[in-house]
Amino acid sequence: MNSLGEDCNELKRKYDACFNLWFSERFLKGDNDDSMCAPIFKVYQECVKKAMEEQKIELREIEADYSTGDYNEKPEHSKS
Amino acid sequence: MASHYRTETVFDYSWKQVVQAYWNRYPNPASHHVLTEDTISREIRDGKLYSRRILSKTNSVPKWGERFYKNTPVKIIEDSVLDPKSKTLITFTRNIGFKKIMKVDEIVEYSEQKDGRTLAVRRAYISSQVFGFSRAIRAFGIERFKSNCHKAANGFNFVLQRMFPNHQHHAAMTNNNTMESSKNVDHHHHASTVATLQQQQSKTEAIKKGVSNSFEFFKGQASKIAQMFSVKN
Repeated sequence: MNSLGEDCNELKRKYDACFNLWFSERFLKGDNDDSMCAPIFKVYQECVKKAMEEQKIELREIEADYSTGDYNEKPEHSKS
Repeated sequence: MASHYRTETVFDYSWKQVVQAYWNRYPNPASHHVLTEDTISREIRDGKLYSRRILSKTNSVPKWGERFYKNTPVKIIEDSVLDPKSKTLITFTRNIGFKKIMKVDEIVEYSEQKDGRTLAVRRAYISSQVFGFSRAIRAFGIERFKSNCHKAANGFNFVLQRMFPNHQHHAAMTNNNTMESSKNVDHHHHASTVATLQQQQSKTEAIKKGVSNSFEFFKGQASKIAQMFSVKN
């Protein structure tokens, strides 16, 4: 699977590999220390952030907080 | 009003297997439509893992059409909260862009069942702001969502099978207690998702045919609706 930034593919692969190992071998076994992949995540993040800016992906549009628990039906907003 | 759809799927894998596979769902034979996948934030708070990912799929516009029709990729944001203590993973997925045409919010909760298998409860809320067409679009969206849920589960099951070929849980059940196992199947028979999954385990070929997942639904729906209004396309 590719990153949305072409230049970030290699970083993404390295981070995903690190994360999968950390997730299975540490986090699921009760270890909450996430420093293992922090350095590679930081570099990967900077790359993705840059790619998102270049592609004009608006971050503010996705700034809703984690609201998985209390989703309510919203009234329809119809315009005339 | 948003239209609402709810469905349940049982995965014949432990919760720990399901959550490990979750981060590796793509690519699978059915996921060629998902182009990119990135983690844009991740942190641990109160022992829970919070992640935000962005996925994209590009609308297929023929080369000759690119001059006339802007090839805007459909983007999907997936937030998740994973609690290893209570063994729950809740994902909250929605499309960005095309939101006025159709906005889909999907919430899936993966939790451990008493029998050691994993239950996924999938809820979708579909709304549309297209004046005069809102009801029709929502109804169409719900129909599409229903038919795509099975496919999404099948795609995920393929990844589970690949990651856990020796599948302890299922193997133990079938080898030591075949009767119990088939009773389970009967018991859940009216839940067509479960039946589908059982068949799917032995029919890898079937998956390869026409399987897509809910992300394809988002994209397909958005582009279909877009076509209704786009004379240029």
